[in-house]
Amino acid sequence: MADEKISTPLLDELEKGPWPSFVREIKSAAQTSPMARDLLGQLELSYEEKVGHWKHGGIVGVRGYGGGVIGRYSDVPEKFPNVAHFHTLRVNQPAGWFYTSQALRTLCDIWERHGSGLTNMHGSTGDIIFLGTKTDELEPTFSELTQAGFDLGGSGSDMRTPSACVGPARCEWACYDTLKLCYDITMEYQDELHRPAFPYKFKIKCAGCPNDCVASIARADLSIIGIWKDDIQQDDEAVAEYVANGLDIQADVVERCPTRCMQWDGKKLTINNRDCVRCMHCINVMPKALRPGKERGAVLLLGAKAPIIQGAILSSVLIPFVPEEELFDTVKELLSRVWEFWDEYGMNRERVGELIQRVGMANFLDAIGLDPVPEMVSHPRDNPYVFYKVDEEQSEQ
Amino acid sequence: MATEATKRLTDIGPPHYEKFLPPIIKRNYGKWLYHERLAPGVMCHVAESGEKLYTVRAGSPRLLSVHTIRKIADLADKYCNGYVRFTSRNNIEFLLEDPSKIEDLKKDLQALGFPVGGTNNAISNVVHTQGWVHCHSAATDASGLVKSVMDALYERFTHEDLPAKLRLAVACCLNMCGAVHCSDIAILGVHRRPPRILHDLLPKVCEIPTVVASCPTGAIRARTVDGKQTVEVIEQQCMYCGNCYTVCPAMPLNNPQTDGVSIWVGGKVSNARSKPRFSKLAIPYLPNNPPRWPEVVEAVVKIVDVYAKHARKYERMGEWIDRIGWPRFFELTGIPFTRYHIDDFKHAGLTYNRSTHLKF
Ligand code: SF4
Ligand code: SF4
Ligand code: SF4
Ligand code: SF4
Repeated sequence: MADEKISTPLLDELEKGPWPSFVREIKSAAQTSPMARDLLGQLELSYEEKVGHWKHGGIVGVRGYGGGVIGRYSDVPEKFPNVAHFHTLRVNQPAGWFYTSQALRTLCDIWERHGSGLTNMHGSTGDIIFLGTKTDELEPTFSELTQAGFDLGGSGSDMRTPSACVGPARCEWACYDTLKLCYDITMEYQDELHRPAFPYKFKIKCAGCPNDCVASIARADLSIIGIWKDDIQQDDEAVAEYVANGLDIQADVVERCPTRCMQWDGKKLTINNRDCVRCMHCINVMPKALRPGKERGAVLLLGAKAPIIQGAILSSVLIPFVPEEELFDTVKELLSRVWEFWDEYGMNRERVGELIQRVGMANFLDAIGLDPVPEMVSHPRDNPYVFYKVDEEQSEQ
Repeated sequence: MATEATKRLTDIGPPHYEKFLPPIIKRNYGKWLYHERLAPGVMCHVAESGEKLYTVRAGSPRLLSVHTIRKIADLADKYCNGYVRFTSRNNIEFLLEDPSKIEDLKKDLQALGFPVGGTNNAISNVVHTQGWVHCHSAATDASGLVKSVMDALYERFTHEDLPAKLRLAVACCLNMCGAVHCSDIAILGVHRRPPRILHDLLPKVCEIPTVVASCPTGAIRARTVDGKQTVEVIEQQCMYCGNCYTVCPAMPLNNPQTDGVSIWVGGKVSNARSKPRFSKLAIPYLPNNPPRWPEVVEAVVKIVDVYAKHARKYERMGEWIDRIGWPRFFELTGIPFTRYHIDDFKHAGLTYNRSTHLKF
């Protein structure tokens, strides 16, 4: 193979400037990988022509799995033969994205042997992305990964790789153990993760508090967001310290509270916890003085998705509070009911959120056996076209 | 040495996270009391035990070569007993017990070209997608846009001088892999022409009922062309979403003349103060102008600057616009309001102003 230098005048522009450069990364990999070198060449062509040069299609994967590999092919393979196949492997990240240097090196060594040497740390759903290799290399990569204790993540119509915020590992606001729940769910549903059998994808994200650092409410079909039930823990001395250090508590805390449930009389902060919506603002501003309450757990919300197909949806409340001890069992029970209904009634490529919109939330609740509660809606309906079920109600009596 | 056939392992799942937690975290797991900001990109978490954990956060380009990851591993060895983590926004976090090492670590990161910052009221790293580097349906490149925009906003990453957090995201098509639709500023690649139909290829690689069913607006009909079973697209009904292309590779949407970038503002996912919400359309179209996308960079910098100047403390982009109103947003940013800003998809009417609440 000729190691002639590819000329990339357009991409070279993106090596300039202070922000770390992805072009520098591709060039770095290209020193040792012909695949990365051809990627660089093809990308330069895309920059010249303002058009992508990848094709999808063709099912590729590792034996016995239906997910975890994204098939990708160049549409200019004669120019760039080393990326004729350039499939991505999704490797299930450790919960919370913690690593040892040794684990990172192991991953690097495997990927240098079998692929382009390029990665994403991490992909949108949270996986370690091994960016680009040939079909023949998939099985050997997988074999080395599993020997090293790693496994593939999800893709296609399966449960996608769950992810979690840093949670109790480093965050004082975690209302449940996000890492443990994420790990337990991932292990419980290895089959659903690796063998697509759903109408479409299903994502699960664990956020420890309403700050939602993993964007679960926007991105996960099942959003598990930590919350507390009792009063905010308050340390008056620490409040006074913030004020003494120049915090304008009236303007920056009290007046920014969305429910106006706090009062500051110049000496003491009073919170009417019955009115608090647990938005986290005051706690974020004064982490030393205010903390989530002690009765902790999570709210389960369902249905978020990006626009494809019927428009974007944010998750909405299904179960307002589940105590931490009951979380895993409740999630399992809920998933079994939701997945059963979705399996039966979901159309091809219909996310759960779209199914709920199509059949109506009330019918969906009937189907999964959950009682309606006012926390599920921002207000009751304002249109009078009610589908009364007189016959059913009478027969129940 | 002869290798014995090792048993093929499957369904082992990811490594247990506990193997990768630094000892100080194991000792204080779930027992953190509070944290303080020490400097942009540097935090100190204090545990009930009194132990302190220092975090140094650095931005990465997300796309990393194994050679660079090894350098990150070396830094983890040098400063953090071999432990390191990544964040949901592609930052690298070094976790230290000894604060006296922070400055040296920062210097080493600087030398490697990784900026320290992205905490609190700074712009954090940019969630983004594959673009021309690796995706079939990209209307633009994600990494190039991120690089170009962040070069211009570099100081906003390394300084915490914005009114509130500012989350940027880039997606290269309407699939929005990074779910950019709830960001303070979202940069979104758009196609603007219906798919081309490769009639020769289509009957071979696509199932016609699946293709017809894939279209959210019902724009695709079965049709016979030169005796071949294929499809047609009713152009007026097409919104260039790419659903058909996802199920049928014979309907590519890419068009170098008309593809480009749109810009959306005011979304958020956190529940702090106001509820999570979608970003709203600010700029319907800017041209794809690689390698540096000057029009996009200028527009984003302008929006950030106007926001930084006018928003009050703790107002996220969307909360600021709530207060001043959309007419003022368009006036202050100089962005023209067009017919494209008025929704015409499902439930569009919910976005009309059905009141006399007006500001002049
Ligand atoms: S979501 Fe809450 S608990 Fe989790 S890391 Fe963010 S602030 Fe901490
Ligand atoms: S958490 Fe939010 S709603 Fe509750 S008191 Fe604090 S600012 Fe107010
Ligand atoms: S946003 Fe679209 S083009 Fe970009 S990576 Fe996702 S599917 Fe591909
Ligand atoms: S791009 Fe979308 S709207 Fe247009 S034909 Fe394809 S599926 Fe239908």
